[in-house]
Amino acid sequence: MIASIENKKTIPIQLEGEFQTLLSTTFSSEPEWLKEKRKEAFEKFSDAGIPTRKNEEYKYTDVRKVFSGKFTAIHNEAHKIKFPSPMGEGLWVRLIFINGWLYKDSTLSAKLPKGVIIGNLATDGLLNHSDLLKKYLSSDGDSLAQLNSALWTDGAFVYIPENIQLETPIEIIHISTGEKEILASPRHLIIAENNSFVNIIENNISLDLNSRGIVNSHADIFVGENSKAQYYRLQNDCKNVSLISSTNVVQEKNSHFDTITITLGSEWIRNNLSIALNGESCETHLNGLFITNGTDHIDNHTSIHHNKPNCQSNQLYKGILDGKSTGVFNGKIFVERDAQKTNAYQSSKNILLSDDSAINTKPQLEIYADDVKCSHGSTTGQLNEEALFYLRSRGLSVDSARNLLLYAFANDVLSTIKIESLKNYLEELVNSRLSPTLSKG
Amino acid sequence: MLSIKNLHAGISEKEILKGFSLEVKKGEVHAIMGPNGSGKSTLANVLAGREDYEVTEGKVIFTPPFGGRGGLNLLAMSPEDRAREGLFLAFQYPVEIPGVSNINFLKTALNEIRAYKKMPPIDAKDFLKLIKEKQALVELQGTLANRSVNEGFSGGEKKRNEIFQMAVLEPALCILDETDSGLDIDALRIVANGVNKLRSKERAFVVITHYQRLLDYIIPDFVHVMYDGRIVKSGPKELALELEKKGYDWVKEKLAVGS
Repeated sequence: MIASIENKKTIPIQLEGEFQTLLSTTFSSEPEWLKEKRKEAFEKFSDAGIPTRKNEEYKYTDVRKVFSGKFTAIHNEAHKIKFPSPMGEGLWVRLIFINGWLYKDSTLSAKLPKGVIIGNLATDGLLNHSDLLKKYLSSDGDSLAQLNSALWTDGAFVYIPENIQLETPIEIIHISTGEKEILASPRHLIIAENNSFVNIIENNISLDLNSRGIVNSHADIFVGENSKAQYYRLQNDCKNVSLISSTNVVQEKNSHFDTITITLGSEWIRNNLSIALNGESCETHLNGLFITNGTDHIDNHTSIHHNKPNCQSNQLYKGILDGKSTGVFNGKIFVERDAQKTNAYQSSKNILLSDDSAINTKPQLEIYADDVKCSHGSTTGQLNEEALFYLRSRGLSVDSARNLLLYAFANDVLSTIKIESLKNYLEELVNSRLSPTLSKG
Repeated sequence: MLSIKNLHAGISEKEILKGFSLEVKKGEVHAIMGPNGSGKSTLANVLAGREDYEVTEGKVIFTPPFGGRGGLNLLAMSPEDRAREGLFLAFQYPVEIPGVSNINFLKTALNEIRAYKKMPPIDAKDFLKLIKEKQALVELQGTLANRSVNEGFSGGEKKRNEIFQMAVLEPALCILDETDSGLDIDALRIVANGVNKLRSKERAFVVITHYQRLLDYIIPDFVHVMYDGRIVKSGPKELALELEKKGYDWVKEKLAVGS
């Protein structure tokens, strides 16, 4: 229950107590520096409280509603679970987490190049590489990110040393189980040192369609000089698992970062994506596709900081909204005084399939340099009537024509996926989501 | 095959077709010529089933040559059903549909038409063979066929794509809406060539055009002059040449005089 008094910053009552419990149990054997970090984070969270609609960043997204139920941060799962096989069976490395805890049967391939670490944060990371954690575990972010910084249990720890190109995709699967309502706090740390390559898929799923809960996830990603990282996020969780995902990316000189977020499930999702371009000549591409229905609500907030010159950023977010679903897109671009010759592009395109669906899109540009190229565009509308008629005039039914056009709309984003098997899997998924009967022929 | 009787239709409260009548039998090629504003495009769009237009009076009976169906009330049919029964409109301004592959869309269309006729979907290999064969008909390069529908196509390529689709879908009644507009002589020749190769005893064409030039290549059986929403004069193919020599004003004058 939230004791809410108008204008007073509040947090769910049980969390304070649960945090103390966790400090003296689950987190008790952690090094002091980490416990301190957690305490600081919890304080920041308490001070700020759960965001309300009066908070500009959460104007269209009701977080309180999500945290108003009876949930608990105290849980410790060791399930015997069967889950669906990965898309690239045998070719990939999988890290599996259940409610934020490492599942001991994750497949960690033995044949990794020397120095590459793919493991979990709580043991591989904390016990063997605490120096890296000290250096890279960020304390940034809004109050929800702070909540994760206080409560995180486990997550992926991926370290790619200098000059190593790891082509093998790494799949981080987070599974929600939901006998009782759980607040899961997975935390991931990805470090790609100079001249390296890594590609990662983060997949949020539930096994039981009736699972309920909150997943408050946080990832820190460091892309070193001349490095390339691709980060795919699949959000196809079940209806009653709400997802908050904070991703914090720092890029050094000449690096390249691509991320694609495909949202097909869960009734409530808030994605916070923040990129800091801390070196010259970086390139970053943020793409997103969401398909919503019923009373789904999806909120994509992105923030790109051009701190150095000659960097290029590109954002393409596309949404297909039906039923009474609602979407939010807020794309911030900050161009610092030093960041001359910045190219920053942002595009938010949405199709509303019903009278009751809605999207709020807002670009925000703060530009302090004078030699830059920035543009933003947003379109919201229905399907192209001319195109629909053209297809029907060739014999396609209204449904077939509609689905063909919707698929074409979605494919703009799907086609940017660079892992072939993942792309094929998602094309099928999106196709069947748009129409159960239409096949790609 | 097509019987249009006293068709009145318009858009936004304005009547454009004012008692249009026409009889087309299978195997025939009818040319409809007329000045701008005579209602040529309206005719094409009303026949294809565009919902913006309102039909206030008249009947259109479409009798497909195969299938043992009698005369169908075309105006009561959805655009897709008209296509499935064998009507095809080659658009004057074909729309671009980015992201929808030309080939994929044609295969879907063909299969929906086949399903309507209670036939099984076409085999993938047979489809590829069909595509190759029809591409050659309109000299459409392989690359164009694989792209998105009309995306980035030149005017000529768009028109050739219309005829390509016509060739693949094998309709009974083909309506060409100013297919020659915007085409240079070479493109015109290729398009006309494609159309001529599709002429048959079972198929009928209604060729709507502003200029006589196209009719040098697609030789019509009948020429009709359209003015102010209806046909004012009909004749054999020589009428087109007479019209070119004397211009549309000649027709207007004759009407005014009442001869």
